[in-house]
Amino acid sequence: MLGFIAARLVKAVFILLAILVLNFVLIHAAPGDPAAVMAGEAGAADEKFLQDLRERFGLDQPFAMQLWTYMRGAVQLDLGYSYRQQMPVAELIWDRLPATLLLTATAFVISIVLGVTAGVLAAQAQGTWWDTLISAVALIFYATPLFWVALMASLLFSVVLGWLPGFGYQTIGANYTGLDRVLDVGKHLILPASTLGLFFTAIYMRMTRASMLEVSRLDFVKTARAKGLRNSVIQRRHVLRNALLPVITLAGLQAGQIVGGAVLTETVFAWPGIGRLMFEAISQRDYNVILGVFFISAAMVLLFNLVTDILYGIVDPRIRIAT
Amino acid sequence: MKTFRFLTTVAVIAMASALAAEEPVQGGTLNAVIQPEPPGLMLGLIQNGPTQMVAGQIYESLLRYDTDLNPMPSLAKEWSKSDDGLTYTFTLQDDVVWHDGAPFTSADVVFSVDVFLRETHARLRASLVHVASIEAPDDKTVVFTLNQPFGPFLGIFEVGTMPMIPKHIYEGTDFANNPANNTPIGTGPFKFQEWERGSYIHLVKNEDYYLEGKPHLDEIYYQVIPDAASRAVAFETGQVDLLPGGSIENFDIPRLTAMDNVCTTNAGWEFFGPHSWMWLNMHEGPMTDKNLRKAVMHALDREFARDALWNGNGTVAKGPVSSVTRFHEENTPDISFNPEKAKEYLAASGYDGETLRILPLPYGETWQRWAEATRQNLAEVGINSELVATDVAGWNQKVGAWDFDMAFTYLYQYGDPALGVARTYISSNIAQGSPWNNVSGYVNEEVDALFADAAIQADDAARQELYTKAQDIIVDDVPVAWMLELEFPTIYRCDLKNPVSTAIGVNDGLRDAWLVQN
Repeated sequence: MLGFIAARLVKAVFILLAILVLNFVLIHAAPGDPAAVMAGEAGAADEKFLQDLRERFGLDQPFAMQLWTYMRGAVQLDLGYSYRQQMPVAELIWDRLPATLLLTATAFVISIVLGVTAGVLAAQAQGTWWDTLISAVALIFYATPLFWVALMASLLFSVVLGWLPGFGYQTIGANYTGLDRVLDVGKHLILPASTLGLFFTAIYMRMTRASMLEVSRLDFVKTARAKGLRNSVIQRRHVLRNALLPVITLAGLQAGQIVGGAVLTETVFAWPGIGRLMFEAISQRDYNVILGVFFISAAMVLLFNLVTDILYGIVDPRIRIAT
Repeated sequence: MKTFRFLTTVAVIAMASALAAEEPVQGGTLNAVIQPEPPGLMLGLIQNGPTQMVAGQIYESLLRYDTDLNPMPSLAKEWSKSDDGLTYTFTLQDDVVWHDGAPFTSADVVFSVDVFLRETHARLRASLVHVASIEAPDDKTVVFTLNQPFGPFLGIFEVGTMPMIPKHIYEGTDFANNPANNTPIGTGPFKFQEWERGSYIHLVKNEDYYLEGKPHLDEIYYQVIPDAASRAVAFETGQVDLLPGGSIENFDIPRLTAMDNVCTTNAGWEFFGPHSWMWLNMHEGPMTDKNLRKAVMHALDREFARDALWNGNGTVAKGPVSSVTRFHEENTPDISFNPEKAKEYLAASGYDGETLRILPLPYGETWQRWAEATRQNLAEVGINSELVATDVAGWNQKVGAWDFDMAFTYLYQYGDPALGVARTYISSNIAQGSPWNNVSGYVNEEVDALFADAAIQADDAARQELYTKAQDIIVDDVPVAWMLELEFPTIYRCDLKNPVSTAIGVNDGLRDAWLVQN
């Protein structure tokens, strides 16, 4: 197993480097550069102004030199400087990371717990009105655009009912500390985390249900029934455990996106996370920020893919034997 | 008679109560929206809209301007101009200190303008070519000597154009990388307190402000809310009290202004005079044909655009100079909506039915819809067009590279044609790579001469005559298709009094604002 992990890690480093180069090329191929965007925001510019900006950020260098400079920094974990935010990218990402982790991790937990539970219930009640209801609700959440759900949730719970704050991470100016701060942040977290979680809940639900039904028709389940095992034991030990494999794959993919943030949810709810940072950086051609966020996201996806593979081995002994 | 006396007494009491009610109250927290989040707050280095909106409370300049663009005292309490229009002398306010306690003197003014801003401020630099020297004969006096008279000189002392920078902090340093840029120090009514990136910027009252009793507010929070619909929700739910102009989509304005205790004003943009038009590409292609340009101009139903897309806010433009900018000419040649006239010009043109590329301004829904309405207007008179989708960076690149037939834009006029209008039409300002110069590629030597002459006149009447001529010629040549003089309503809770009292509105007006305490 250790050899397997080491080989995967080495492969991951090369993949990361390739991703960095590819991202660098793609971003620089997009029309416009950060100097022009910044000058545009200032409403006026002369040649000197643009030249000064390009020199300051090294944008006047040949493309290959810019790529070399960036890669040299990146391998030393120096992600460069944000042209627009005027601060180091690593610091910027570090500042936004807690908010993003809180949001995406909460959504992750919500979606797994709700999705798997609903999937199991629907599978056990296959063909009944419970199954139809759960499947229909899941389908609605899956099919509805996330930003629309976010806006409607904000409108209903914030404007109409006045129960929850509609945006932000905390009550600005309240300066809460201790438990009051935890409760305040928690209150602000409910709408964005639920909105983000609902989409994945629907996917988990459908995947768990389909997988459970498939597994429950296999021979070893019939054997278990023939042995006279109780239904709850069969469902828990034999069906659910085997049905979880595709769910784990999906969870691995979702977990990989945790650090990348949630662009739409963070934008609608003014959640100060990494997804929003990336969205703004793209429109402002803030190359280093975009590359920095992509780098971290790619690293996380690779890491969670590795974790998923390891988990596979634990859940399914056949895979463990094969490796 | 008694009844009359009684009524008079009641009226006097009512008036007195009303006046008392309008008496400024000290204290309170103002929550405002800021969007997008500014890249920094050091106004000497960054002059984009959101930076000016926040940093305009932290920094000050020598003058402010009322909504008729008349100069008012700010850091200068008095000023005078010599008879030959070459020397301007400013006397500074007494007892002004920087936020770190150091005294503000004329040496700071000389450093700010002659050293710092000459190096960093592209727009001011264009005006400073007229300045031969800046001297400080004593701590309270600054003398600007010009090479030749420069008509708009007294109009360049607005805080976004000429912010005062502390010499004792910046002299001899690398301006762009000075650590003080993260904790800006000005002389303004509010001091920088905290910036939680992605969430809010917090300013607090400057207790040592040189004007007795000001500012009235204790603190201001600028909240960063990236989505326009969420900004509207934040106002509806009472989480913010002030939506600066342009904060929300136009279609949300009627809903919010219909709420109780909500006030709105279109004032506070006079200095900027945001003027919108479509660049018509005269470098090459079909728009080089003057008849086609005139056909486009007459095809545009700008009243419809104002009423349907801008909720009635704005004025249909008569030409290159906005009606809020000095030396505007009202009686320019006719460019009104007239489809029949448009068809006549189209028939006289060499247009052969090719599809023209329209570049919308990627600033949100209103602009996108405006481009769609324009496309429909053009189709109605027989001009084919298509919309080219871009984001902001792509728009900058395409406009700067003249890669379009028609391109939406709007620019500020800064109160005077020499500062914000000439740049769009003079031939010496044609250069690829910038979307803020003479992008159309318009060349008319007579117009060049008129603008050059008008800028260096000291006498306003002479300037008016020259600018009137220039406006007539330009409107007849149609190098751009003028759309609307834009208006961006500032929406606020009526408990907030006097948020807009100058020509740059909430950018420097919160010094005089106060909150009714309930």
